[in-house]
Amino acid sequence: MLLTPALLLLIGFVTLPILSAFVYAFYKWQGLARVGFAGFDNFRLILFQPPFSTWTYNAFLHNIVVFVSLMVVQNGTAFFLAWALSKQLRLHRFHQVSLFLPVILSTVIIGFLWKLFLNPLFGLVNQTLIAIGLENWAQPWLGQPSTALASLILVNAWHWVGFPTLVYLAAMQRIPREILESAEIDGAGEWMRIRRIVWPLVAPATTIVVILTFIGAFNWFELPYIMAGLEGAPFHSTDVLGLYFYRTAFGTVSAALQDFGRGSALAVLIFLFILGISAWWVRMLRRREIDL
Amino acid sequence: MLKPWQAALYQALLVMTSLVMLYPVVIMVLSAFKTTGEIYSSPFALPDSFALKNLATIWRETRFLTYLGNSLLVTITSIAVMLASGTLAAYALARYAFRGNEAIYLFFLAGLMVPLKLAVIPLFIELRALGLIDNRLGLVLVYAAMGLPSTVFIMTGFLRTIPAELEEAARIDGASEGRILFRIMLPLSRPALVIAGIHNAVPIWNDFFFPLVLIQSDHAKTLPQGLTVFMGEYSTDWGVLFAGLTLSALPLTMVYIALSRQFIAGLTSGAVKG
Repeated sequence: MLLTPALLLLIGFVTLPILSAFVYAFYKWQGLARVGFAGFDNFRLILFQPPFSTWTYNAFLHNIVVFVSLMVVQNGTAFFLAWALSKQLRLHRFHQVSLFLPVILSTVIIGFLWKLFLNPLFGLVNQTLIAIGLENWAQPWLGQPSTALASLILVNAWHWVGFPTLVYLAAMQRIPREILESAEIDGAGEWMRIRRIVWPLVAPATTIVVILTFIGAFNWFELPYIMAGLEGAPFHSTDVLGLYFYRTAFGTVSAALQDFGRGSALAVLIFLFILGISAWWVRMLRRREIDL
Repeated sequence: MLKPWQAALYQALLVMTSLVMLYPVVIMVLSAFKTTGEIYSSPFALPDSFALKNLATIWRETRFLTYLGNSLLVTITSIAVMLASGTLAAYALARYAFRGNEAIYLFFLAGLMVPLKLAVIPLFIELRALGLIDNRLGLVLVYAAMGLPSTVFIMTGFLRTIPAELEEAARIDGASEGRILFRIMLPLSRPALVIAGIHNAVPIWNDFFFPLVLIQSDHAKTLPQGLTVFMGEYSTDWGVLFAGLTLSALPLTMVYIALSRQFIAGLTSGAVKG
């Protein structure tokens, strides 16, 4: 039957592993072996037992910071860039292609590239600041807790901004010209049209951008892994759930902390959180689309 | 109508953004030709010469070609498996009415929302039981399965738009079901196959997470994973580092520049309404 190969693959390598994670979370593990039923112990450790719970909340908080900052910095910029692109000025095709270029590159390349650029002594960022007379601003961006997470967020925004931009652009290009033109005849200025016509009419695009950014922010792993290392250096200031999960599941230098049981429990909690919030949000945002 | 000063303002915003996007990439490529000393002392200047010394170092002393070959092999194989099985499934779902059709379609779609990274512990255990840890075939199976939901979604949507008259005419002319699929449906589906292919090939080509967990031997590593080995080994030789980054970015960038329209459509498909 035509469906068999696809169903086998999907069940074998997506459905079963996801369901197994829910089972594994209730067991005690030693290395790769299950050694007994654990009840809710793994969940209790993660949520209520320091130091594990301390790490959980520290990482969780950073994920929220990442999500909120990306919404403002990355997606806010994307909205206005899309509006500028939708004017079809000269070179708009070129701008579109250059904006989207980093999106196609691996996070590993982007991460290493910016790690070199943010090097305190010889990095491009500090060299540029010195060259334009802002040497006071030059600092060890990734080396101090006050700037490390913000730097990572900005690199992420640079990497991905092209994506929401083109999602918004596609939505804006579907707004009927007549609506914008008649508003203009009625004397609505540019800002008024953006706020009262464009923003409400691209509400479906906003729904998608919010959900994708949310899922991305709570799956954040590769960029902090490359740029800040497995421990979320410096001093766990860039630690996020993805790094914490990986450390718990596959261990670090301090391998004694490795535990498939707690790892699975953490995965289950993140999974339910992402799914629950996304489902709730999709409903809320859909209602907003209709209201607007 | 846009007032001239408004147009100038928007154009300025776009030019500035393009600069911010391209400037780091240009510096990366220029630095690939410099010595480490040159990068430190004159980071913005053109290199003294466009000698290929750094590239030669990578060629001779690293396994860059092995990594590149692995990435090609894994990406092409998983996309082939994914497109073949996904298209057959989509064809069944789009063109035949049978009990459970809708339920199976929804089962595939549910996979769209699943962050598979979170299932990596069971995947690891499962692949270990199958003897597929540290094996490129393990990666291929995971990637093909991961790409199926979007493939089925894109292909089913497209196949449903093909008018039934085409199929009926062929059937009346005595064409077999297989002939209808391979001679009529598949050739017509080329644009959708390209979209589904790109939508999944780029994330697979760029993926770092699954090789990190599933592959250990150097000879089986993919390009992003190999890059982390290489960046560690040459950490003080910045010229070689930038050359390595440039070389790694080169293959996909070239394809992207040639096919930017398809890339943008493919990667944003699902997020953008057709």
